Amino acid sequence: MNNVVILNSVRFIVLLLAQVIICNNINFLGYINPYIYIIFIFLFPIKDDRLAFLLASFLLGMLVDMFSDSGGVHAAASVCLAYARPILLKTSFGMLYEHQTIKFGNTEIGSLITYITFGTLIHHFILFTLEIFNMANILLILQKTLFSSIFTIILSVLIIILFSRNKK
Amino acid sequence: MQQIINFVIKNKTFLLFLLLFSISLALTIQSHSYHRSKFINSANSLTGGVYGLFNSVDDYFDLEKENEILSEENRRLREQLFNLNTSSENSFIDSTYTNGKYKVTRAEVYKNSYSLSNNYLTINKGENDSIKEDFGVITSKGIVGIIDNTSGNYATILSILNGNSRINAKLKSTDHKGSLTWDGKSPHYTQLEDISTFAPIKIGDTIETGGESAIFPKGIGVGIVESFKTDIGGDTNTLQVKLFNDMTNIGTVYILENIDKDEIKALESTSNE
Repeated sequence: MNNVVILNSVRFIVLLLAQVIICNNINFLGYINPYIYIIFIFLFPIKDDRLAFLLASFLLGMLVDMFSDSGGVHAAASVCLAYARPILLKTSFGMLYEHQTIKFGNTEIGSLITYITFGTLIHHFILFTLEIFNMANILLILQKTLFSSIFTIILSVLIIILFSRNKK
Repeated sequence: MQQIINFVIKNKTFLLFLLLFSISLALTIQSHSYHRSKFINSANSLTGGVYGLFNSVDDYFDLEKENEILSEENRRLREQLFNLNTSSENSFIDSTYTNGKYKVTRAEVYKNSYSLSNNYLTINKGENDSIKEDFGVITSKGIVGIIDNTSGNYATILSILNGNSRINAKLKSTDHKGSLTWDGKSPHYTQLEDISTFAPIKIGDTIETGGESAIFPKGIGVGIVESFKTDIGGDTNTLQVKLFNDMTNIGTVYILENIDKDEIKALESTSNE
């Protein structure tokens, strides 16, 4: 149990630093940045307390906000993603989730990609809607959501495969 | 009473979600109005320290470019020194020194963002270097923004690439004034609004600060007119301004403190009463 707490704390700090120091400065084609810190929310242990999970996600989002001076947009998007996670798990993993036996390290790659794709799209859509905060710019919101999502999804899947698949 | 408690226990996840979401929503809304982002900003020792640590590594990669900028600035200053009487086109830096009204502080940029819709920069000078809110920030080429939040050793700058930023600016050739805003699209262009249609505008005209506020002295370069169009009302023009500064690459900035600012403020508040 303790092991899990330490693992998640380390993941929290490493992802936060990687996000604010590396990923926030990529600016591919001028505005496309990946938001890889949401991997923490994707990989948070399923059986754990949901309240702690919501609070941890909120804290992570808030810290990213603090580093990037963006008000509360990352916190809002992270909390939404954390709250919506059970539904996402149910749609992408089905029976496995019902029996509470998902191990992200050795699930089917297809289900994992579905799970991360939907999660990233929800998170990024809320993120950019709040950041731009102007429905007149809906096209800009959708454009940013789409391009950043592609970037985030590819990076997230690669990172999850790299760091957890080998521990079988 | 029992029912209320039962309800809270039953829906505790949803209620916590609502609470956290509304907190972040409130912070978001606050950040969309000028000078309100007080609680969550990168002018604190945690974020400043982390950025500072990694900035020292980052600095080495920019050394060559920084050198070029410095030698270019040296060249220009030397040119002005030799031709003191002729006013060269780029004399805006000079005006800050000769007036004797502005104190200049140098600072390093720890964080610069330009891809969001509200951008801020973080610098390594703060209240301990007597940097306060509403000081102007420039580079050797042109304006960058206005100091927003400060802590002991760090400060954040409200960039001109920010939806909340409105800076007084004018055409260099005439005295027609307007306000400089940003539409959130390209980091190389800002918009100058409310320029009267009577003003003779030509593509390529220089835009500089207007000097109406106590933040920036008159005549600091902003950019050149790229295109312009008349607003729906027909009385004013909106100009597309190509910035002198490359906002995506800012290493060192100068902070301007207007020594007479308190006096100007006091005078303005008495005349308003």
